[in-house]
Amino acid sequence: MLEIIRLSKVYPTGTVALQDVSFTVDTPQVVTIIGPSGAGKSTLIRCINRLVEPTSGKVMLDDIDVRSLNRRELCKVRRRMGMIFQEYNLVERLTVMENLLSGRLGYVGFWKTYRRKFPPADVVAAFKLLDRVGLSGYQDTRADALSGGERQRVGISRALMQQPDLLLVDEPTASLDPKTSRQIMRLLVELAHEHGTPALVNIHDVGLAQSFADRIIGLSEGRIVFDGTSQQVTAEVLTEIYGEEDWSTTIRKIEEDNDQDTQKGASKHKDRMTRETAA
Amino acid sequence: MTVRQNIEKYPEVWHRFSPRETLMRYVWYLGTVFVAVWSISKLDIPWFYFLDAHVQAKDLAVRMWPPDWDFANQLVKPLIETIHIATLGTFITILIAFPVAFLAARNTTFNALTWFVGRFILVASRSVNTIVWGLLFVAIFGPGPLAGIWAIAFRSIGFMGKLVAEAIEEIDKGTVEAIEATGASRLQVLWIGILPQVLPVIYGTTVYRWDINIRESSVLGFVGAGGIGILLYSSINQFMWQEVTVILIAVLGVVIASEFLSATVRQRIS
Ligand SMILES: Nc1ncnc2c1ncn2[C@@H]1O[C@H](COP(=O)(O)OP(=O)(O)O)[C@@H](O)[C@H]1O
Ligand SMILES: [Mg+2]
Repeated sequence: MLEIIRLSKVYPTGTVALQDVSFTVDTPQVVTIIGPSGAGKSTLIRCINRLVEPTSGKVMLDDIDVRSLNRRELCKVRRRMGMIFQEYNLVERLTVMENLLSGRLGYVGFWKTYRRKFPPADVVAAFKLLDRVGLSGYQDTRADALSGGERQRVGISRALMQQPDLLLVDEPTASLDPKTSRQIMRLLVELAHEHGTPALVNIHDVGLAQSFADRIIGLSEGRIVFDGTSQQVTAEVLTEIYGEEDWSTTIRKIEEDNDQDTQKGASKHKDRMTRETAA
Repeated sequence: MTVRQNIEKYPEVWHRFSPRETLMRYVWYLGTVFVAVWSISKLDIPWFYFLDAHVQAKDLAVRMWPPDWDFANQLVKPLIETIHIATLGTFITILIAFPVAFLAARNTTFNALTWFVGRFILVASRSVNTIVWGLLFVAIFGPGPLAGIWAIAFRSIGFMGKLVAEAIEEIDKGTVEAIEATGASRLQVLWIGILPQVLPVIYGTTVYRWDINIRESSVLGFVGAGGIGILLYSSINQFMWQEVTVILIAVLGVVIASEFLSATVRQRIS
């Protein structure tokens, strides 16, 4: 599905953001990328759909060498990659429905965009997604009237409207409160699994990453220093990624979190109860 | 801690400006006064006329009064023409200024050359007064409202284009990236990602400029470019001061109405 081969990025400022990064995602799994701020997580995600141009290396989506594409071909490949942002990046002055349908822009011509005329199948899909993310009835609300959690639900829906073969997610919860963060992460992971879409999720919160990931990649100073499962993340691994620190509390908290997550159902009430006992 | 200790520990006085900065400010004041005095001394103003200015003004006022209300009938058509010139001129402005603004904004232009061309059009448009544009277009189209419409449009392009270009440069980059990431074409990014963000500015500047254009089109007739200015010019030349009064009152009425309308619309946008 996705293969990254010896990817490097040097910014014009001389900052080496990525060095020789290689990994493969060949099953529909949720891969979280952890690492300290400045490790190159955003750069990595953005190199995949070329919002940032890589300096060297290869990005292969199935058999397509993404770096070799011209503008037109790149647009076609970008349709296949849904992106979700920390700051949501919705079109604030447009309605929720318009934001969702903007996920289909790669498939409709300009004239239809101009008239906001989208195929019935897209409209149905949009209403279905709104219902799924818990925003049914919000279609005519303007994006700037939504709360952070609601905006990110729209952001996720917009990406899924593309029916992507890959989700690129950059710090989806960094602007949200802890509870909303968990709800959004859970929704994201559930949807990725439901649609069978592999997802790369940047996240700096180790606990959140471990609770929801099928696989974790640790990035430090532009290099991959860890690639494994949540259970394999030990104090030593965290030290390698983030540097020397007392990780015992972090590790313990993660284990408790994991226990709770496996124990509890989807009910919000129960969620709150377990969180309170944890606190 | 006692009050006494507090006083010892912290300074009692605080200055916004250092002595050096204070000195610089007075230097600037003095410089400004100097420039004003120097300009007046170089202008060769015939002070002689100043002596009886109040007499002349009173004389003019007497001749302008009472307004020749019968003349008002003839004003309706040229007044409407004036408003049409302003409105059509503003309309053409939108069509031209918007694409130019995209060239003149750093984040949407194609390359350095297109950016320069965009900026050049904006500066050229603004550096020529509406009346001068009027003279040029009268030479091209002959006298009449058509010349006035183009004069209004050419002067307004710079005004609107500049404000819209600045708005484009301040849009949220993240939104644009998100739309690009969906695989949208350049034109779609422009329409969905950028336009909604600058629409309030476009609405606001359009009505604001329309309001300015009403005022400008009322004097375009002085150079033969249509509107009420033609009547005003001929009345002044024939010393029909009572007619002039009526024209000025009529223009004032229209300007107040347009300003009120424009202010209302702009308030509703923001
Ligand atoms: N546009 C840019 N120009 C120059 N340097 C950049 C740019 N974007 C990111 N960097 C630098 O690249 C490094 C990696 O940044 P980033 O990918 O944003 O890390 P992360 O997302 O893990 O916090 C940092 O040192 C950052 O300062
Ligand atoms: Mg980042």
